[in-house]
Amino acid sequence: MSLIDLTATELLAQLNAGQVTSAEVTQAFLDRIDRVDGQVRAFLQVDRSGALEQAEQIDRRRKAGQAVGRLGGLPVAIKDVLCTRGQVTTCASRMLQDFRPPYDATVVAKLKAADAVILGKTNMDEFAMGGSTENSAFQITHNPWDLERIPGGSSGGAAASVAARMTPLAVGTDTGGSIREPAGLCGVTGMKPTYGRVSRYGLVAFASSLDQIGPLARTAEDAALLLEVLAGHDPADSTSIDRPVPKYSDTIHKPLAGLRIGLAREHFAAGLDGEVEEAVRAAVGVYESQGATVKQISLPHSKYAVATYYIIAPCEASSNLARYDGVHYGYRSDEARMMAELNQERKRLQQSGDHAGSDNLDNPLVRLYRQTRAEGFGPEVKRRIMLGTYALSAGYYDAYYLKALKVRRLVRQDFDRAFEEVDLIAGPVAPAPAFKIGEKIDDPLSMYLFDLYTISTNLAGIGGISIPCGFSSQGLPIGLQLQAAPFEEEKLLRAAAMYQRVTDWHSKRPPLVNGGS
Amino acid sequence: MALSREEVKKVSLLARLRLTEEELDKMTTQLGQILGYMELLGEVQTEDVAPMAHPLDVANVFRPDTARPSLDRQEALVNAPHQDGECYLVPAVLG
Repeated sequence: MSLIDLTATELLAQLNAGQVTSAEVTQAFLDRIDRVDGQVRAFLQVDRSGALEQAEQIDRRRKAGQAVGRLGGLPVAIKDVLCTRGQVTTCASRMLQDFRPPYDATVVAKLKAADAVILGKTNMDEFAMGGSTENSAFQITHNPWDLERIPGGSSGGAAASVAARMTPLAVGTDTGGSIREPAGLCGVTGMKPTYGRVSRYGLVAFASSLDQIGPLARTAEDAALLLEVLAGHDPADSTSIDRPVPKYSDTIHKPLAGLRIGLAREHFAAGLDGEVEEAVRAAVGVYESQGATVKQISLPHSKYAVATYYIIAPCEASSNLARYDGVHYGYRSDEARMMAELNQERKRLQQSGDHAGSDNLDNPLVRLYRQTRAEGFGPEVKRRIMLGTYALSAGYYDAYYLKALKVRRLVRQDFDRAFEEVDLIAGPVAPAPAFKIGEKIDDPLSMYLFDLYTISTNLAGIGGISIPCGFSSQGLPIGLQLQAAPFEEEKLLRAAAMYQRVTDWHSKRPPLVNGGS
Repeated sequence: MALSREEVKKVSLLARLRLTEEELDKMTTQLGQILGYMELLGEVQTEDVAPMAHPLDVANVFRPDTARPSLDRQEALVNAPHQDGECYLVPAVLG
């Protein structure tokens, strides 16, 4: 078996035993990227020399008997929404095409301290807004299982890079399903931790009360290893919670005795693809055969989650993205051309006697902002900024934003009640397998509705994990989602590992040209 | 709720976005559809529900009020598209 087919945990064991070097492992994944990323297009940047240098340095320390960090020279890919000091961080936006952050995100600093080898930055929907990675300003990432289909999003590059064996580990972010959905559609394991479990410092903000960083990997065991490094309190993020991080990888193989699983009737209502439903119900059967009990539950407000989310998230986004003004950093429209156009408009209005129009014309600074943002943002980002600005504007605040915040509490209360009766809620990650590239691009509402099973996790601030649980008749991966009460990451990971111990969906490898067998 | 093209135009100024005529048309249709879907929330009884702005019950997280180094000015300016080594430069606002 070649190195790229080993899990992170298996590779780490070989690295620590001196059977393989980090340079060899890193080179194997870089070679794999060279062979298959021309088709998949998961990476925006690959730092070949930096990665190898880092790997060799770790190898030297290990050889000299010095201490090596928890990740011991394992390669990792980073979603391009996380700041990497001195290295371009684009958020897949023209706005940040040349932006070099002056500091590392806390999770990036933690990865470096743990001796991870950073391979590069992965593609995503612009500013993490989308569920297909089609909203990247630079490239479309293809699903390794069917190159004509989307990998999911917004962490589509992260999920595709793990699925195609271009990295054993990847870090993504999840605001409404952006780790779990692509993990499900690409057949990998992806987890959104509880809000506050992982520091968001240096994560370029989309919706601050919903954003959370988490791991993508081939197995729950590998996700546990990565989460152990990512999680923890950070004084630089006042919303990160100061409570100990369990040693997830120590307990990962302990099965959960007396596990109570809830099935929400709303998760199996109209709109769910038949093959997805079948695979998810079969997965629940696997838990039953391991002694779990299954109980029907109800999350009565889940039908309002999409509407609630697509008010709250754009409101927060419209505020967060106000910082892109063409002044402090990032893209700026050509000032001379902008001024010339503005003067021409004024002249035209004055000549036609339209004094009101002339008086109402943007002043040069406002026009600079507007022109910069018109050229720097893509259509989905503009749509969400408009939606959020409208919902927060005078006269509409109560009807939209305040109303959504109230429904958000009801969504959370549904979960609180459910977790009094069950340990985990099991259900589908997405209503169908991956759709074709371009299929939904002109219909934003249908794209939003694809998020219906993942979104309420973020509204409630709880944790969720997606694990592969089968394939459609067309050979596309299907994901099982497990959700748990706040700070029950250990339970989610152990439950996922229980399933992966007796199934092998997670070890299937997509058939890629030049990909070997 | 029907959304007029004029309202969309007004919001584009609030949002500091310049939209083309074509974008205005498309945005009016699409935002109208999305807001139409939001009307679903009207059927939820929320009279006695406290709004939930945030998933965590934490407030006022303070750190000790001690001076510490912050980002160096040169580093803060290095990504600015137009600067003079001390300040960000913008077009004349008054004039």
